[in-house]
Amino acid sequence: MNRDSNGYTFLFATIMVLVVASTLAFTASSLKGLQAENVRKEKMQNILTTIGIETDRDQAESLYKQYIVEELSLTHTGSVDTQTDAFTIALNNEIKKPVAEQRFPLYVADVEGKKFYVVPLRGAGLWDAIWGYLALKEDKNTIQGAVFDHKGETAGLGAEITQKWFQERFVDEKIMDQNGQLVGINVSKTNNDPTNSDKEDHEIDAISGATITGDGVTAMIAERLAHYLPYFSKEDTSLALNN
Amino acid sequence: MNAKKSQNKPLFFFVNEEKEALFSKKNRALLKDPLDDNNPITVQVLGICSALAITVQLKPAIVMSISVMAVMAASNVIISLLRNLIPNRIRIIVQLVVVASMVILVDQVLRAYAYDVSKELSIFIGLIITNCIVMGRLEAFALGNGVWKSFLDGVGNAAGYGFILIVVAFFRELLGSGKLFGLQVIPDAVYEMGYVNNGLMLLSPMALITVGIFIWLQRARNRKLIEKN
Repeated sequence: MNRDSNGYTFLFATIMVLVVASTLAFTASSLKGLQAENVRKEKMQNILTTIGIETDRDQAESLYKQYIVEELSLTHTGSVDTQTDAFTIALNNEIKKPVAEQRFPLYVADVEGKKFYVVPLRGAGLWDAIWGYLALKEDKNTIQGAVFDHKGETAGLGAEITQKWFQERFVDEKIMDQNGQLVGINVSKTNNDPTNSDKEDHEIDAISGATITGDGVTAMIAERLAHYLPYFSKEDTSLALNN
Repeated sequence: MNAKKSQNKPLFFFVNEEKEALFSKKNRALLKDPLDDNNPITVQVLGICSALAITVQLKPAIVMSISVMAVMAASNVIISLLRNLIPNRIRIIVQLVVVASMVILVDQVLRAYAYDVSKELSIFIGLIITNCIVMGRLEAFALGNGVWKSFLDGVGNAAGYGFILIVVAFFRELLGSGKLFGLQVIPDAVYEMGYVNNGLMLLSPMALITVGIFIWLQRARNRKLIEKN
């Protein structure tokens, strides 16, 4: 058959597309279950990491059940929506909705009598989405731990937000100022405290060459935490009343 | 029919009647040339974009080199197998489809069975598809050569690419952050004497300059590369 004829070209293209498409579709759908399972366990693993429990992915599920006592789905006014399963809320879809329709997942952990609040984060980095989890201590002000991840930040620069040394800088920083106003944590390039000994300055040292990703982390923390304040203040009031 | 028989009739799939040792001098050259005389980055100036993006540290550079090698060897073999079937007019599209589907397949399998590796690679997957070296070798070599030779050519070119990546990453990580593989190698005592990491090394322009210095050294040493005029 003439390899340059139109008929052959069409035939070849058609067969190629069919073969490639069915191979990829078959692979993707047959591996989907395993992949989703990995993502789910990784989420549990990340939440556990923020409250100081290091584990591998295989054990994440049992430890998660042991330590996470409540999964709450909050509205913007701070009430709990019992209709929605907090763990399955996809933040990437959620943050596109108007604030009044959004649901804000909150994980409450109990580690040997100590209570932690784990807030999932999501925002924009330089190239694509960044996300993470931030655990607050019982005072709802001091950071217990933070985990960040990203979709497509530059390797060696913005992608370094996934590294332990960066995440450890957040530990013990405060998110509120002395008047109880939310300030969040500033990933700062002009930080006067590179050793991070001052835990009251709401600043941590940024990564060289990752300015936009760092700014994204700053914005993400401030934006997400703001939605949890109504619930936190409600809870404080009810605790005070009960006492 | 008889006249045709005496020509290179494929015996089995891709083994040709013409006898040539697996690692004959010509085949060894396929592996060796891209390392120096015909290096994809420093001589052909291909694949520069990824060489700038991921040479801040050694580890990603090595991971990238290995992934490119796997993709290049495999896609070279596939294109070489199909070389007598591919219509000339859509050959670039066919090459693109082969490379892209190879990369996606690998990515999907890793995501299911080696999740941590796939996370490490996530950023590079897209970069591999767009790497001009892969397409360049398919077009320039695999379309006109046998399977074994194409395989060697793919491995050789990926090695030449990886070699430059690793050299550049070595100097960028060492001078930029005082580390190798993420471990500090410049002792604290040196920092106390006033040594400061060169933050500029972490930015892309310095990768280009490092490649430039490498090209300079290579040409000073290898006279074959100097143009006549």
